[in-house]
Amino acid sequence: MTLDWQVFLQDDGGGRTYLEWMFDAWGWTLSVAGSAWVVAMVSGCLMGILRTLPQDTRLNVWLARFANAWVELFRNIPVLVQIFLWYFVLPKVFPAMQQVPGFVLVVLGLGFFTSSRVAEMLRAGIQAMPRGQRYAAMAMGFTTWQTYRYVLLPIAFRTIWPPLTSESMNLLKNSSVAFAVSIAELTMYAMQVQEETSRGIEVYLAVTALYTLSAFAVNRVMAFVERRMQIPGLVVAGNVGGGH
Amino acid sequence: MSALDFSFLEWDIFNKFVLKGMLFSVELTIIATVGGIVFGTLLALMRLSGNKVLELPAVIYVNGMRSIPLVMVILWFFLLIPFLIGRSIGAELSATITFVAFEAAYFSEIMRAGIQSIPRGQVMAGQALGMSYSQNMRLIVLPQAFRNMIPVLLTQTIILFQDTSLVYAIGAYDLLKGFVTAGKIYGRVEEVYILAALVYFVICFGLSALVRRLQARIAIIR
Repeated sequence: MTLDWQVFLQDDGGGRTYLEWMFDAWGWTLSVAGSAWVVAMVSGCLMGILRTLPQDTRLNVWLARFANAWVELFRNIPVLVQIFLWYFVLPKVFPAMQQVPGFVLVVLGLGFFTSSRVAEMLRAGIQAMPRGQRYAAMAMGFTTWQTYRYVLLPIAFRTIWPPLTSESMNLLKNSSVAFAVSIAELTMYAMQVQEETSRGIEVYLAVTALYTLSAFAVNRVMAFVERRMQIPGLVVAGNVGGGH
Repeated sequence: MSALDFSFLEWDIFNKFVLKGMLFSVELTIIATVGGIVFGTLLALMRLSGNKVLELPAVIYVNGMRSIPLVMVILWFFLLIPFLIGRSIGAELSATITFVAFEAAYFSEIMRAGIQSIPRGQVMAGQALGMSYSQNMRLIVLPQAFRNMIPVLLTQTIILFQDTSLVYAIGAYDLLKGFVTAGKIYGRVEEVYILAALVYFVICFGLSALVRRLQARIAIIR
């Protein structure tokens, strides 16, 4: 078996080489994953916080219920099916959504799917803190907002950073499901170019290398942030593997 | 707001299109769980053997598998297996082999954590009784590690069941494909996605509720 890497220098019939196309596809993978990461962090952290609110007012009880329902909904449906729901079903039910580009729908689908996992981690991270921390803040006369902003969240974020790192890598890998709704990212590229050139092994090797490289880069960036925000003397436990 | 129309629904559709796919999804999940735990445990033992020759391949395999999207792994196997054995195999068989190989990497991480959670004293006690390495592993360490890890293993199985939908990439006939096929035939493409989501949700939500109850009952052996 001989590998023929020249395939990447061929024209794809549209005036660009397969190599140029691949870097475009890589760009799409990174854009989908990056945008979805922002969606996941914002909505996931919000839901995680809502689930740990003190259950002293009727509003808080309902907010916690809503956030729990959110997590269960987005956690128990396969990400591929969720992407289909965003891309095909919602625009049909709400015609106004037909104006929304496919990229945005996929980002929302991936982001909310990941948000359920972020919310689950943050809830665990907040609840793992000694109760005295919250009580101390209340005794100091902190409002609920201040308690979260200055006492609970700074520590909880550091606790969940290691599992958040693997979840961010998962998000990068999960972005591959966007192929199913014709987003021109790496997996879509791999499938199409394999069809066109029958040089599957070379193409898959290159795409796999880019995924591995990207996952490694995400890991390094997260590790860098983790080191930068380390509090001397505060040791946080690592996480158990699992999940995709 | 345009209406969705579920009036096409009959049991007949389920029997004709969905049941076959559902059976495959369940079968794939069971085979990949059992196979994944068996090979994953072997990989975990290799990584913890303290022997570089065994350790390195296991580390490369596990980290390699964990850094590639599952869809790509599915495509890889679908491309390579016919290439290696010289004839094509069906998408279903290819998917089954892929899932066992892929999940082994994830289960191995879980089993490794489980084995490391067993206090050193347990191993030493076994050695003091004159047990060999394999007796020690088989009779003392692995049963406890397995028991401690049951909730995590089951959670992984639920994730695995969701992931089986990704065989869509090679056109294997699973639960999702069954719904999509029915949708195409009845011209109800959007509605079947909702039905598929419902079925997945009910199964996964039910299973995770079971795991939560089990978790409360399995005390960690200290």
